Amino acid sequence: MKLTGAEILVECLKREGVKTIFALPGGVVLKIFDMLHQQKDIEVILTRHEQGAGHMAEGYAKATGKAGVCLVTSGPGMTNVITALADAYMDSVPLVCFSGQVPTSLIGNDAFQEADNIGLSRPCTKYNFLVKNVAELATTIKEAFYIATTGRPGPVLVDIPKDVSMDKAEFTYPGSVSIRSYDPVYEGNKWQIKQAAEAMTKAKKPVLYVGGGVIFSGASQELMELAELTHMPVDMTLMGLGAFPGQHPQSMGMLGMHGTYWANMVMHYSDLVVAIGARFDDRVTGKVSEFCPHAKVIHIDIDPTSIRKNVNVDIPIVGDCKMVLREMIQILRATVNGDQKELRKPWWNQIREWQQAHPLAYQQEADGPIKPQHVIRRLYDLTNDRDPIVSTDVGQHQMWAAQYFKLAKPNRWLTSGGLGTMGFGFPAAMGAQAAFPGRLVLCIAGDGSIQMNMQEMATAVVHKLPVKIIVINNRFHGMVRQWQDLFYEGRYASSYLETTPDFVKLAEAYGAVGLRASKPSEIDAVLKEAIAVNKPVIVDVPTYPYENVYPMIPAGGCNHEMILEDPPTLKNKQSGVGPAAPKDSDTILTA
Amino acid sequence: MEHIISITVENKFGSLSRVAGLFSGRGFNIESLSVAPTLDPSMSQMTIVTSGDERIIEQIVKQLNKLIDVIKVVDLNESDFVSRETALIKVHTRLEDRAEALRIADIFRANVIDSTPATYTIEVTGDPRKIEAIINLLQPLGIKELTRTGRVAVARESIRSTGVQAKKIARE
Repeated sequence: MKLTGAEILVECLKREGVKTIFALPGGVVLKIFDMLHQQKDIEVILTRHEQGAGHMAEGYAKATGKAGVCLVTSGPGMTNVITALADAYMDSVPLVCFSGQVPTSLIGNDAFQEADNIGLSRPCTKYNFLVKNVAELATTIKEAFYIATTGRPGPVLVDIPKDVSMDKAEFTYPGSVSIRSYDPVYEGNKWQIKQAAEAMTKAKKPVLYVGGGVIFSGASQELMELAELTHMPVDMTLMGLGAFPGQHPQSMGMLGMHGTYWANMVMHYSDLVVAIGARFDDRVTGKVSEFCPHAKVIHIDIDPTSIRKNVNVDIPIVGDCKMVLREMIQILRATVNGDQKELRKPWWNQIREWQQAHPLAYQQEADGPIKPQHVIRRLYDLTNDRDPIVSTDVGQHQMWAAQYFKLAKPNRWLTSGGLGTMGFGFPAAMGAQAAFPGRLVLCIAGDGSIQMNMQEMATAVVHKLPVKIIVINNRFHGMVRQWQDLFYEGRYASSYLETTPDFVKLAEAYGAVGLRASKPSEIDAVLKEAIAVNKPVIVDVPTYPYENVYPMIPAGGCNHEMILEDPPTLKNKQSGVGPAAPKDSDTILTA
Repeated sequence: MEHIISITVENKFGSLSRVAGLFSGRGFNIESLSVAPTLDPSMSQMTIVTSGDERIIEQIVKQLNKLIDVIKVVDLNESDFVSRETALIKVHTRLEDRAEALRIADIFRANVIDSTPATYTIEVTGDPRKIEAIINLLQPLGIKELTRTGRVAVARESIRSTGVQAKKIARE
């Protein structure tokens, strides 16, 4: 039987097991929406902006490990979703985005709502397709899902001209895909793995440096086994949080620019770095020439381009983390005989010393302004036992969340790492909530970030996605303000927001619940109330505006040279001794 | 250091822009690029002349391999290869220069492929130094137009380099 392109698309989505898509209609995709409207297997979540649709699909993908799917129209629909595609590309999120295109006869004619979708998305997708003939649609969709979810995952765009969605073709869904030029390597080179295992048993001061690849590969259990077998400390990247339980005694927490003191010291003074599914981002390496000066580097990654891109690698292993670790564990089991703990005793003594020397700390006075770290700390304490999914936006609150919100399991942490996209957190949380309606989903946001995709509150209310947003409200683009205080002599160029909406009223205006904690003593009760409500909630928490994130490695600085607290000039300023902060900011806490 | 990279890609819409976009997006340098279909019309052969230190070239080869449309990548500098370039040079010739132009063409074993009362169009093939040399000699006569193909290259036959091996090299 012949089907229209739109029917083929819907049929393909069903065969791929897609349950939810995030979408916003427009002229050239009406036929597709019409088909989606006439079926019940796939839920269509109508977003208020295409960027929201993209981030929701990302949140869905990160929480489930399956490809997220979004559908947008041509022209502005496409340009709006670009940020989400770029975000997914940087963070290797499996995503399939369908975009509408003007009819094939009009392509290139500057038609209404025409954009060069293929050209626009080329640098921010793993691959993209323009479907010119309806007969190729089914195969193309199969290939799109295959490319998005295999190898190093990433976003794939399928551009469908209007006439292709209306034309008819015989429908057969291919059972398998074979692309002659695409064949990811999963099994690591055995000899290299053996070399790596040998180096690991000998090292006196080794460290496991793990990234998001471990989570995408589903290798957390193997990682745990490896860590316990070799008794090595585990440093996690921002994307890797949750790959190893944050509460585990071998967890060092996050490393990098705002990583813990000990995580960075461990890296700097190690004699062997074992990188697993991480890519030596500049926020991790700091000054590359002085990165891990004493260490041999083993790098396990499915993407060969990640290896030796930023730092030199002694033992490269291209392959899937899970498979490589399994192989490695087998070898180690045969050779390790419990002497690892003894061998690394001095190393652990040193690590415990570092941990005691500079623990994560903040001062919360009982009747003083609320410290942002305290809010996150309390949120963690109150929700920890419910195994929540946590999303963040980008900035200071993101770093504090990474430091204080410890995660026990993978796929609980939704954050924008590579691209650093403000406005990511809320829609991503909604995507995760759509995948897991019964779970507790928290979104830790800043007052700057949340306003970048606030419109999606309407989507959350309509689709009953009871995400709990905690706004760390300091009325600043806080991270920008921190850099201005540290490196621009405190000139707050465009970092002070002057006014933020009344988030409580804003939530209510959308039909959601708005709550506020104005004093430290109110935090617990308000958070508990928010968690108990089965509706989307915004908890507005006005916080001390001048709190800075520490430790901090200045951009291009060396990993063992961290700033651990406000320099004296800044302290004077904030206590009123030095030059004054902007006056109107005094009103911040009285809102 | 200069490297010649030979790339086999799917002969389809957009392949060239994916390769070119990779170079511009990552700040790699393209000195010359030539593309044409292979014996199998479903594939195209590209030859790119680029430059960079060892790490940059390694990245270029890996990044090219990562492109979905790329079937095979060979860094020809890893082995022995031969390369050639063709130039078409339209020389302005006054009556008294015409014999000199022919003499120069003869020295370089170049052909005159078009002739008008005031010009010769000379076709020359060789390595880049040869092309430079003939250009230098013809310049005093007055070069009206010059177009070069960019280099094409193949590995010498003693070296066996299958696609599988090439991808393996890139991955290690």
